[in-house]
Amino acid sequence: MQLIACPWCGPREEVEFHYGGQAHVPYPDSPAELSDEEWAHYVFFRDNPKGRFAERWNHSAGCRRWFNAIRDTATYRFERVYRLDDPKPGVTELARSREEGTAP
Amino acid sequence: MSPRTPGADLPEHPDRLWRDAEPKRSYDVVIVGGGGHGLATAHYLAKNHGITNVAVLEKGWLAGGNMARNTTIIRSNYLWDESSAIYEHALKLWEGLEEDLGYPILFSQRGVLNLAHTLQDVRDSVRRVEANKLNGVDAEWLEPDEVRKVCPVVNTSTDIRYPVLGATYQPRAGIAKHDYVAWGFARRADEAGVDLVQDCEVTGFTTDGNRVTGVRTTRGTIGAGTVALCAAGHTSVLTGMLGIRVPVQSHPLQALVSELLEPVHPTVVMSNAVHVYVSQAHKGELVMGAGVDSYNGYGQRGAFHVIERQMAAAVELFPVFARAHLLRTWGGIVDVSPDASPIVGRTPYDNVYLNCGWGTGGFKATPGIGSALAYTIAHDEPHPYVAPFTLDRFVTGALVDEHGAAAVAH
Amino acid sequence: MTSPFRTSTGGRIDRATTVEFTFDGQTLRGHPGDTLASALLANGRHQIATSIKLGRPRGIAAAWAEDPGGLVQIEEPFPEPMLLATTVELHEGLAAHGLPGQGRLADVPDSARYDAVHHHVDVLVVGAGPAGLAAALTAARAGARVALVDEQSEAGGSLLSGTERLDDAPALQWVAAAVAELAGLPEVLHLQRTTAFGSYDDGFVLALERRTDHLGAAAPKHVSRQRVWRIRARSIVVATGAHERPVVFADNDRPGIMLAGAARTFLHRYGVLPGREAVVFTTNDSAYDAALDLHRAGVHVQAVVDARPEGSPRRAECERAGIRVLSGAVVTGTRGAERITHALVAPFADGEVGAGSAITCDLLLVSGGWNPAVHLFSQARGRLRYDAALGAFLPGEELDGLAVAGSAAGVPDLAGCLTDGQRVARATLAGPPAADDRLPTAPESAVPTPPLVLWRVPDTSGADGSTSFVDLQRDATVADIARAIGAGLRSIEHVKRYTTIGTAHDQGKTSGVLTSGITAELLAIPVQDTGTTTFRPPYTPVAFAALAGRDRGRLFDPERVTALHEWHVAAGAVFEDVGQWKRPRHYPRPGEDMEAAVLRECAAARTGVGILDGSTLGKIDVQGPDAAVLLDRLYTNLMSSLKVGSVRYGVMCGVDGMVIDDGTVLRLAEDRFLVLTTTGGAAKVLDWMEEWVQTEWPDLRVHCTSVTEQWCTFPVVGPRSRDVVGAVFPQVDVSAEAFPFMTWRDTTLDGVPVRLARISFSGELAFEVYVNPWYAVAVWQRLLDAGRPYGITPYGTETMHVLRAEKGYPIIGQDTDGTVTPHDLGMAWAVSKKKPDFVGKRSFARPANQDPLRKHLVGLLPVDRQTVLPEGSQIVEFRTDGRLPPPPVPMLGHVTSSYRSAELARPFALALVKGGRERIGETVHVPVDGTLVPVEVTGPVLVDPEGARRDG
Repeated sequence: MQLIACPWCGPREEVEFHYGGQAHVPYPDSPAELSDEEWAHYVFFRDNPKGRFAERWNHSAGCRRWFNAIRDTATYRFERVYRLDDPKPGVTELARSREEGTAP
Repeated sequence: MSPRTPGADLPEHPDRLWRDAEPKRSYDVVIVGGGGHGLATAHYLAKNHGITNVAVLEKGWLAGGNMARNTTIIRSNYLWDESSAIYEHALKLWEGLEEDLGYPILFSQRGVLNLAHTLQDVRDSVRRVEANKLNGVDAEWLEPDEVRKVCPVVNTSTDIRYPVLGATYQPRAGIAKHDYVAWGFARRADEAGVDLVQDCEVTGFTTDGNRVTGVRTTRGTIGAGTVALCAAGHTSVLTGMLGIRVPVQSHPLQALVSELLEPVHPTVVMSNAVHVYVSQAHKGELVMGAGVDSYNGYGQRGAFHVIERQMAAAVELFPVFARAHLLRTWGGIVDVSPDASPIVGRTPYDNVYLNCGWGTGGFKATPGIGSALAYTIAHDEPHPYVAPFTLDRFVTGALVDEHGAAAVAH
Repeated sequence: MTSPFRTSTGGRIDRATTVEFTFDGQTLRGHPGDTLASALLANGRHQIATSIKLGRPRGIAAAWAEDPGGLVQIEEPFPEPMLLATTVELHEGLAAHGLPGQGRLADVPDSARYDAVHHHVDVLVVGAGPAGLAAALTAARAGARVALVDEQSEAGGSLLSGTERLDDAPALQWVAAAVAELAGLPEVLHLQRTTAFGSYDDGFVLALERRTDHLGAAAPKHVSRQRVWRIRARSIVVATGAHERPVVFADNDRPGIMLAGAARTFLHRYGVLPGREAVVFTTNDSAYDAALDLHRAGVHVQAVVDARPEGSPRRAECERAGIRVLSGAVVTGTRGAERITHALVAPFADGEVGAGSAITCDLLLVSGGWNPAVHLFSQARGRLRYDAALGAFLPGEELDGLAVAGSAAGVPDLAGCLTDGQRVARATLAGPPAADDRLPTAPESAVPTPPLVLWRVPDTSGADGSTSFVDLQRDATVADIARAIGAGLRSIEHVKRYTTIGTAHDQGKTSGVLTSGITAELLAIPVQDTGTTTFRPPYTPVAFAALAGRDRGRLFDPERVTALHEWHVAAGAVFEDVGQWKRPRHYPRPGEDMEAAVLRECAAARTGVGILDGSTLGKIDVQGPDAAVLLDRLYTNLMSSLKVGSVRYGVMCGVDGMVIDDGTVLRLAEDRFLVLTTTGGAAKVLDWMEEWVQTEWPDLRVHCTSVTEQWCTFPVVGPRSRDVVGAVFPQVDVSAEAFPFMTWRDTTLDGVPVRLARISFSGELAFEVYVNPWYAVAVWQRLLDAGRPYGITPYGTETMHVLRAEKGYPIIGQDTDGTVTPHDLGMAWAVSKKKPDFVGKRSFARPANQDPLRKHLVGLLPVDRQTVLPEGSQIVEFRTDGRLPPPPVPMLGHVTSSYRSAELARPFALALVKGGRERIGETVHVPVDGTLVPVEVTGPVLVDPEGARRDG
């Protein structure tokens, strides 16, 4: 059972959180204009990498706010949590924060 | 004291299992993934279609993934026609598998009870039983007193939090011994000339237009006439190398076992509402599992609160289990699809076949998918049992939604 | 009465007190402080049981959790299977018998209590031996919040088993002082009898505290028997010591053969002589202590057999004591039946065994070196490295937040363990160590001769290794490993599965490394390449009930009840579980079954007046300038056009276009809606709204909050409902003109705010009454009182379901299953064509949604007017011969809801049927108990299709 650093509440037990799958998959601007295939990709298809993954979490038993995280799906280690209005961290930035020990 | 404890002993494995093969330069068929599905596919390619220039590539040790980690429940009482067809096909093969493989796979048709705890559970259960009957799958609805007759240790008292209102019962369902099954397939495939290549991780593919020409591995590039992906939780890693998107998510799924106990639990019991499934395996250990961990994970481990919750469910449903002891916990990686049904068939590459998304149903399907996939490869045409499970269904919307029957179903 | 093998003095037992226990039916005596194993040995009893496959006698072979031989079944005070005699503390009345490796569960429920506690610390120290105590003292003295857990009954670890001295005094005096010092520090939690059994991410360790097991019948009932500690630690110090490793040789399994260190434990800790005549077989120096200590205690030590050609510097010490030391020699086998009688000893050089001779003995002590207990480190995914000098796997990397100290890290001596404990603890500190952080002085230990790594002695018995046991619990031998390799297996995981080594109760504590070593030897590859099998939680077995804790029975899942629950109970309601809620299903009168009660309740609602506790309906307050925009995006129909004061029914779909919930929406103000959801869907719908608002449309100025618990809701239903509601709320004009259908009004009752809404889930004239739960009972009672002249009848969920089904209103989750669209339900009218988009809309355009054979919600009327179709029944084409064809039989759909209707005076059903709307008027068949019941397909609305009754 992990500690997950909610960007608003700080580190809390995993049981307080709800997983939300891949992050940065916006609702399409005009669904009606999408082909069936494009729509299917929005509805059903999500990345499933082994390794670093940008994903959504909800602190459902706490502040109930959604946030994003970069987590390694092989080690389960959280490299970064960030608010929904923050941009997705780039690889360089993640590497730097790890060196500086600022990763959660 | 009796010199041998009844049931505490298993049949011996044979003196000869398989060659630890070195990979050749190329094969007619390369199966990626040396788990149950890969080994079964190799066996049926050889046995049913005479295709033996085949390699099974395994990144670790043979049958060391979900095949070594599942709770070995075998049943075919799925809701939808498409699902019950392939699982029933598998069950019929299970019934003759010991003979086919010449291996004591300990297939024990001790029946499975799926408990109902709410009125909606009862409706869903009756619906599934009635559908099973019409599909030729053995199924019964049991009232609580009948549940008690089949499995006296189930708590059927009315004062528990979610009393047992009844159960579906499939008498032909049961369990088998997973290693024995895998090794039986492996031995047969090996005998037929199939190369079982261990410690051979796939790192990429060589392609020529719409065809894959070879498989890059940690033991060199291996030419391939046809490629079948049977990598369960690691499917996305492989399809990623091919640039194919597959709608599966890999989740940790944990299971556990107790010490050896005198026989107390004669069947298999599953409960979705109280969320546990249990059997007592041949040696006497209680084998159980529950739901998947919520997040994506390739770590073959999960969180302990999932185990604690499962223990609470087990003791709630089986009060006599209170002082059984948790001996070992472990985790596998299940590849879960959006409709809880498998994805099998063609890919955008002409000679690559996909077999994934079995989620929690992979073990019970082993001979069924092995034979159907072998047919599909041999005829380059989806076997009728796998035809409904195309990748395309997510575009058309023609899903086979087994969430009700399979959400935690094993 | 003195037990024959009890020493006259010494040990940590209470000799003044005698406790009686029974083993295998025999009454025996021991002392508090004994384990079952030490008490049995004190009585001269080594054999515990016969082995699982071969039926060979097996006895106590170690002194704690690594023992592979001493499995027992506890009978009294409560049956418990598969405990180790070495870890069961003796108490008055204990009754047990030996087990061959398979236990028996009690046939009565366990009445003991179990619980769990969360604890957060700076430093968790696992193990209260020298390294652990040093670590705990260092951390605690520096002001850290510390937890120290240890699995034994008292602190001291290996010091309990020996005669070591610290600061020129018995080491246990230092232990006592350390424990006292820790007890005086407020931020220290020190738990004995507490086994850390699992280590997980981010410093999370699970430990099991055995709180009352040692008290037997005297255990207080109010104290939980066992407690799971869920400890979250910034830093973990693993100071779990090491397990002695046996050497494998022929017939190495007889009772009387035990690990050398265990014999010292039995002697020093429990005052027990494990035999009279001993042979000590070793590959390292540590077993010399056992030989000398036993000799001093009066055991005749026949010989020390040291496999190393050069022997040990301690040879002289032995010889001074008159103990024969045979260097360059091994034990090749044993004789005996239920107890060892002879050790077969032979010269050993360059892997070759010479001609041997038999030495009589009743005790054979074995030491093949030490395996650090790296379980918790490995569980935390620490990589292990093989140390060829020690013949053991050691922590092979540094982990964040978890460090291994002392002999668990391969440190060989006492002084080293103390220093290591302190060093590791200091590394966890944020600040400097305390000024008084002093370690006791340990005597310098002799420079040891390097140990010989010897996994097995070549089998000269002619048995080809088939009596050379690697895993005693599984009766697995060197021959089995050889056979596995001969079968083509190379991976240690395959060897484990083939031989079953390491799968038994001890999970390979003594056999695991031996298997790696022997496998490597047989394959002629380095042990590092073979590796180990995976260490998995738990370290030692944990009772299911302990992990279940208090989450059983009523506490298995929270029970939610409405403010009227006591009233329902008093009224004799039969309850139904709906999600976590307890809802009255019906209120049977004396002599009524459910069918009779429901017919009566339905008739009251259709002809007079009924009242329902609908408080479980989900209620979400949606507020903000963009509230209407949000609802427009989430509902299939238009909500923004709803007028303040009005109510509209709406349907919600997932992005896949399938119905996920439905309910009514009240517009309270331009910027405020009260959204009603199904009982089961309440939390899900709130989550759904919040997810969309937060993750997709953060620009929307809207907030959602659950008000389910803030409003009780009572639908008052039936032609006389206007009379009742009008009487209770005289200031409200309840006429159809002033208070039309699908509108709401606020009012007060004795100053209490009440909301009334003209919503009907039955097709009848109906008023929903909303009130704060504090006043729920009073308002409910007022309504009952006012309704008495009209025979107001409380009804439950079953009647509610019948009434709504007669009107064709679906229950989401009962008449739908996640594969049903609004169109399938015949609710195209609730799907806006004006809105450019809403969640799910795009999916309606997929090919599968255009299939004319999609399942539609229809009504079914059994032609015989008698059969109540079981819900869940499947529907097939009409068979003219009245018989089912052989399977597979194509199915048209299934019965989702089915009831006997008072109004229709016949049973009816709702069903999902392929192309159902095109089949209205057709007759199809429903198989029921082996016969085909003909049913007519109808539209879903069977009562008052014109909607004439809703205004009364």
